[in-house]
Amino acid sequence: MRSVRQSVVCRRGTGLASLWRYLLAGLGLAALLVGILAVVYLTAPRSAQPAGPDVSRTKKTDNGLYMASFVPERGVVRQGELESWLLTLKTKTGASVERAAIAISGGMPQHNHGLPTSPQVTDYLGEGRYRIEGLKFTMSGWWQLRFAISSGAGSDTVLFNVVL
Amino acid sequence: MKRLFCFLALMVAVILAGCGKPDFSDAEKKTIASLALSRLPPLKPDTTNRFADVPAAAALGSTLFFDLGMSRDGTVSCSTCHKIDRQFQDDLPQAVGVGHTNRRTMPLAGVARDPWFFWDGRRDSLWAQALTPLENPLEQAGNRAAYAHYIKARFGERYERIFGPLPDFSGMPLNASPLGTDAEKAAWNAMSGPQRDAINGVFANIGKAIAAFERSIEPAPTRFDRFALDLATGAEPKGDAVFTREEILGLKLFIGKANCVTCHDGPRFTDNSFHNTGVPPVADLPPDRGRIDAVHQVEADPFNCFGAYRDGDASACGELRFMVKDAPQLIRAYKTPSLRGAATRPPYMHAGQFSSLDEVVAHYAKAAPSVEGTSEVHPLELSDRERGALVAFLKTLSE
Repeated sequence: MRSVRQSVVCRRGTGLASLWRYLLAGLGLAALLVGILAVVYLTAPRSAQPAGPDVSRTKKTDNGLYMASFVPERGVVRQGELESWLLTLKTKTGASVERAAIAISGGMPQHNHGLPTSPQVTDYLGEGRYRIEGLKFTMSGWWQLRFAISSGAGSDTVLFNVVL
Repeated sequence: MKRLFCFLALMVAVILAGCGKPDFSDAEKKTIASLALSRLPPLKPDTTNRFADVPAAAALGSTLFFDLGMSRDGTVSCSTCHKIDRQFQDDLPQAVGVGHTNRRTMPLAGVARDPWFFWDGRRDSLWAQALTPLENPLEQAGNRAAYAHYIKARFGERYERIFGPLPDFSGMPLNASPLGTDAEKAAWNAMSGPQRDAINGVFANIGKAIAAFERSIEPAPTRFDRFALDLATGAEPKGDAVFTREEILGLKLFIGKANCVTCHDGPRFTDNSFHNTGVPPVADLPPDRGRIDAVHQVEADPFNCFGAYRDGDASACGELRFMVKDAPQLIRAYKTPSLRGAATRPPYMHAGQFSSLDEVVAHYAKAAPSVEGTSEVHPLELSDRERGALVAFLKTLSE
């Protein structure tokens, strides 16, 4: 805004040699360029995030026995609150996985600690969906959740990354 | 020449336009906004204490909080260590009640928002917490039977208006508790089940009244909050909301390179969790392993969320239900304290190990290994200027 005000104050001069005009135009363009660069530099994010972990919410389990998807039951992740998430398990052919035994572990790989709570499967909702209660993301950063899944189709594991 | 001057002025103006205000990236602005007190949600109801928001209960609780009669020898109240004019703490490395304890008194602003209580989380509700010092021989050193008799004699009418009729204490011992002296334990064991339950019920209500009072103790806005509000709204900071260059550098380090905000997050600057940060033990104090030893204590507490004295249903017991019970990370893990007001209440850490914020910052930069278990802290290169800036920023949370 300041620059606009400045240019309004500047009235057209008269009778300047054309050399001066070119010089001034050049100076003006240079100033504009410096200004644009300053704006771009100052508004750009300071540190580009390094390529983070794979945060996809649906993935094949490690040995390819199941397709697993892991989503917050309320749609959003709220830091610092006990939350329930849904783990949905399908076989390779797309059939719902019922009566699976699921063990949950995890932690923050960059902070030498495991999960601050002990989440557990508390309900089977049908269609391969399992409710997992007691998840709590107390800190921002990179979290890992590992599921060891065992059912009639066999045993397999899957790791989900959650970045807050 | 006039035009040349105009263009030069224009150029200077454009450059200056980018340098006027402290510049923060969008990510930094988002983090700063998340720390502002204006982001603190309203205090949730405590369904485990149906008197939590009953004014008469809070009034009785405040009376009890300051009452020296709530101790074995009539010399100690909650307020002996939780001093009202000192952020409800006592400035001592370790609290002194009837005896000398092994832990630093915690301040109380916003305490009703904690999921766990004490440095190690050995209690799971504010009302269960309030009961613990009453029977600790080093703190108020009383016993639950004596407290029940005292309440009847001194505050019987007020108590009954809130909680209903007091039980009939005839034939009950004057001093009895499962945690007391041998004589008090023997007296407790000689009581019938219903008698013990009656005493426990009155005792639990004492905690519920004190908790109702403590719910009113909340953090106040600071210079940081005024700064954060102006940054969020784009308003020009005025008066003490203007941060110095040093304070801005400290804030940037706090939410950036120094990683403080990883644990000290949210409007209370705490993740309400437990961490081993390699804080050294204090010589001559009893062994202290932090959270790992507190797990069994909270599970065994008859006043915990699963116990008979909880109001409401067990859906409020998620923290206890999904508690981590046995993991190496619990060894020498202590609660992340709020940093609001911290600059004006040394000493620091769970046993007052550090006497200044400079020492605290130096500890985290050095990241010495823990005497037991594994510290979560990584070493950090911080110049003297950066250390000073972090301390300068922390002071804005106390002004």
